[in-house]
Amino acid sequence: MKVDRRSFLGLGLGAAAGVAVTPATWKLMDDSSIWTQNWPWTPVPPAGEATYDNTVCSLCPGNCGIMVRKIDGRPVKIEGRSDYPVNAGGVCLHGISAIQYLYDPSRIKAPLKRENDTFVEITWDEALDMVAERLTEIRASGSADKIACVTDQTKGTIPGLFARFLKATGSNNVYAMDTMEKTWEITLEKIHGGRSSAGFDLENSDFVLSFGAGLIEGWGSPVKNFKINSSRKERGSTLVQVEPRLSNTAANADVWIAAKPGTEADLALGIAGVIIKESLFNSAFVTASGKGFQELAAVLGKNYSPEAVAQTTGVKAAKIIEIARDFARSSAPIAIAGRGRGMSAGSVREFSAVHLLNCIVGNINTKGGVWTLAAQDYEKWPAVEMDDLATAAFEQAPLDSAGSMAGLFTNAGKEKNIEALLIHQANPCFALGDAGSVTEAVKKIPFVVSFSSVMDETTQEADVILPGHMLLERLEDRPSGAGVAQRVTGLSRPVIEPLFNTKNPGDTLLELARKMEGTIGASFPWESYEECLEAVTGDLWAELSDQGYAAETATPPGGGVKVDFSFIVKSQAPVEMEGEAKDFPLVLVPVDNVRISAGSLISSPFAIKTVSDNVLKGKDLLVEINPETARANKLSHGDLAVIETPKGKATVRVNLFEGIMPGVVAMAKGLGHVLDNNKYVGGKGVNINELMGPIVDPVSGLDAAWGIRARLSRA
Amino acid sequence: MKQDNHGKNHKYGMVIDLDKCTGCGSCMVACMSENNVPFKEDETRKKDSITWMRVYKLTNGKPFPETEICYMPRPCMHCGGKGDHGHSPCVSVCPAVATDYDHSTGIVSQIYTRCFGCRYCMGACPYHVRYFNWWDPKWPEGMENYLSPDVSPRMRGVVEKCSFCFHRYQQAKDRAYVEEREEIEEQEYQTACTQACPAGAITFGDLNNPDHAVHQMVKPDPHACGKPRNPKAFRLLERLETNPKVYYISERDWVRKAGDNYLEGEWEKVKNNHDKGHE
Ligand code: SF4
Ligand code: SF4
Ligand code: SF4
Repeated sequence: MKVDRRSFLGLGLGAAAGVAVTPATWKLMDDSSIWTQNWPWTPVPPAGEATYDNTVCSLCPGNCGIMVRKIDGRPVKIEGRSDYPVNAGGVCLHGISAIQYLYDPSRIKAPLKRENDTFVEITWDEALDMVAERLTEIRASGSADKIACVTDQTKGTIPGLFARFLKATGSNNVYAMDTMEKTWEITLEKIHGGRSSAGFDLENSDFVLSFGAGLIEGWGSPVKNFKINSSRKERGSTLVQVEPRLSNTAANADVWIAAKPGTEADLALGIAGVIIKESLFNSAFVTASGKGFQELAAVLGKNYSPEAVAQTTGVKAAKIIEIARDFARSSAPIAIAGRGRGMSAGSVREFSAVHLLNCIVGNINTKGGVWTLAAQDYEKWPAVEMDDLATAAFEQAPLDSAGSMAGLFTNAGKEKNIEALLIHQANPCFALGDAGSVTEAVKKIPFVVSFSSVMDETTQEADVILPGHMLLERLEDRPSGAGVAQRVTGLSRPVIEPLFNTKNPGDTLLELARKMEGTIGASFPWESYEECLEAVTGDLWAELSDQGYAAETATPPGGGVKVDFSFIVKSQAPVEMEGEAKDFPLVLVPVDNVRISAGSLISSPFAIKTVSDNVLKGKDLLVEINPETARANKLSHGDLAVIETPKGKATVRVNLFEGIMPGVVAMAKGLGHVLDNNKYVGGKGVNINELMGPIVDPVSGLDAAWGIRARLSRA
Repeated sequence: MKQDNHGKNHKYGMVIDLDKCTGCGSCMVACMSENNVPFKEDETRKKDSITWMRVYKLTNGKPFPETEICYMPRPCMHCGGKGDHGHSPCVSVCPAVATDYDHSTGIVSQIYTRCFGCRYCMGACPYHVRYFNWWDPKWPEGMENYLSPDVSPRMRGVVEKCSFCFHRYQQAKDRAYVEEREEIEEQEYQTACTQACPAGAITFGDLNNPDHAVHQMVKPDPHACGKPRNPKAFRLLERLETNPKVYYISERDWVRKAGDNYLEGEWEKVKNNHDKGHE
């Protein structure tokens, strides 16, 4: 209770009474008023005609509709678009901050090339020539398959152009971050067969059992989920949050269940066991669609009794039974997985245990249930032309067989070297586990090209920078984000001429392809990215350009689903944390803080300003621990402490919070950026990815790390 | 219905549903962006971090796992003062009439060009909503381009605070005037924080107007200076008789209790019993 109500209310009390009104002469005051009115150094914002332009925010997968208020054509403020199906007027603080991202003087303002340890400005022509020549050389040496590309996501035409460019050169190495979306896809494939992505019809569900999903921490489509959550009471829907720490979602939920971190799968299996044992499952659905149900029921009965699960998870057996009953008796219950914002992959064991709950109550592809959605397919690309070099190289095994970005950089520097890396809206040197080693791996890559307009940690390692437009300058389609049942494709469009000498990455790629000539050039027949977007989106274009978005009606996909319960029996080894308990008695978990952006987006000065002084104080990050943990480690609030993990150590301060499980240390993600020319955001706190490493999930091959063992001592 | 409102005057106010607020901070940033609030390198010294709208985190103080938290957004309360006559704590102490009570709207203004920085108002305000500009604001080169002409940037030496986005009221009035309308509609004048809140936790409107949502939500008592008749609604430090125009709503007892300081056992007597005044 630091910014508690006592200090909040206490300070001002009595002050009113204490202040005497000075009988200062009115003349004196008038003089000082006049004197103090001369402030030539404060800016006087020019007035002008106010207009509004609509566009779509592309800062996170939520893709909210936004309005840009302009004065004489100059953007001054971002507001939510109230007629937009995703966010209906609401907007998150990062979206509002797009205005700061636009005018940020620390942006990269022109193409740059590395010269020793500095960057020098070059022309677009020189920059593109350099990249084209180098890639042509690599292709000629037969290493086209060693060209890799990392992007923020795989959907949409800009990532589509990157994939196409790589394919035309002969590489199938396109990687996006390992996220819960990928893990859900793999889980659905293992259980139901076939490729589909998970959509959660949370709006129509009356019981949401969330295993750490931060529904109001920015999970999936953030503002959409804020809205769904806030109508929960009116809709008579219950939210149960399983999490070792009282997150905002847990605090807002109807029930908070503090299970030991890493035991979520066990808890889900225990709940499923009760539902089966008490015959509360949907037997019609299970008999009609299920395979291996009896074996599963037997395993759960034997190994996952409420008492046994209570032992593992620390949740009382009675509570497990109660939740199981409430879940199964609801008319449209949903169980969801994907911790925090869902920007990390998580383990397939955990996701499939959670999804088992959806399966046994039969709430798949029904209103208020989990939907298995076919891939969005509005993009209609002509075939890629490939020369012999490209065809041969494209056949080679990818640099990481699981398609994991974490895996790509773990492999780099081992036997499979990356010859060239293209980076678009990704910041692996910051956002991947064991960031230090990833940076080392990137440094070893002979040729790194960044398309960023921000000098982030990865771009600092680039050899050539082809800076891209920012959100408000940029044209781009935005396919619907993770976890939504209703699909809305948005169109981000420029509301202002580019402020600097940047380009839309789509156009940069077209020009690059043309410079590379031959089949590569021929694979990109469009004059401009705009023309490409219009051609590729085909039927959707009219609607997109007209109203700024295209929404599909939200109906569950038809046709029955099959359920292979035997997969769940098979995948039973939990993903363990790195480290030995005897050396590292505590558990460090990363926490998504809604006011701090993590991943490739760096927080704005506005956002950093809102961060609590219990999270960031001066340049120090505060880790959150229970007072009990503090006592055991002889620490008190505000103390400087050293946190050590098998991966690294850092100096932090201590924040005492009753709402976290003893033995657990929570640390905010997204701080600790190194940005030399942005003192408002850079150099504050510690990047948790320097303390945590990736752990490869045995089923998916993705990074499933959710925590790491740690110790904490007074500095 | 007779209102304590000098004829046709408005009484703009806000109702914040603390059970809906998620602590996301959109309101804070919407406010900063709307009102040209500057930022500096270190904003972690919260006492001098200018945030007209600030979201506080309260806890029930109970140990794990009984702990609960609640986020409390705090703009200026636009106090009507004792008896609701416009003698807000801050207004009554300002020697320069730099902060004033507007009887036609109930909004407490702040006129920067009159303020000479004595900071009496900061001492007088029981809600810590006022901030002093210890430095001149400085925007990194180029960022001053996003400043809005509707709100003048402040300078070193003056006090600033939430204005209920008064410029939006003026704009709405101007529009109504051009269209030859007497009155502005509820939706025509909304504050930036209200508009941005993704959870719909903030409601803004005329407390004097029975058709407005804010009125219906708190049912202000015209005979008790607008004290809420909704038992789930409360105002901060009600007993100081500052008569805030910002109301909070929560189903949770401990949250409502956090709105004031109570002696032991006292809360049990007053809770859910807002009709009884405490003179
Ligand atoms: S925007 Fe709304 S939900 Fe977010 S902190 Fe402010 S009042 Fe709370
Ligand atoms: S909250 Fe403070 S600044 Fe606002 S009107 Fe009341 S006393 Fe004045
Ligand atoms: S009412 Fe306007 S000025 Fe006041 S906090 Fe909200 S946005 Fe800021």
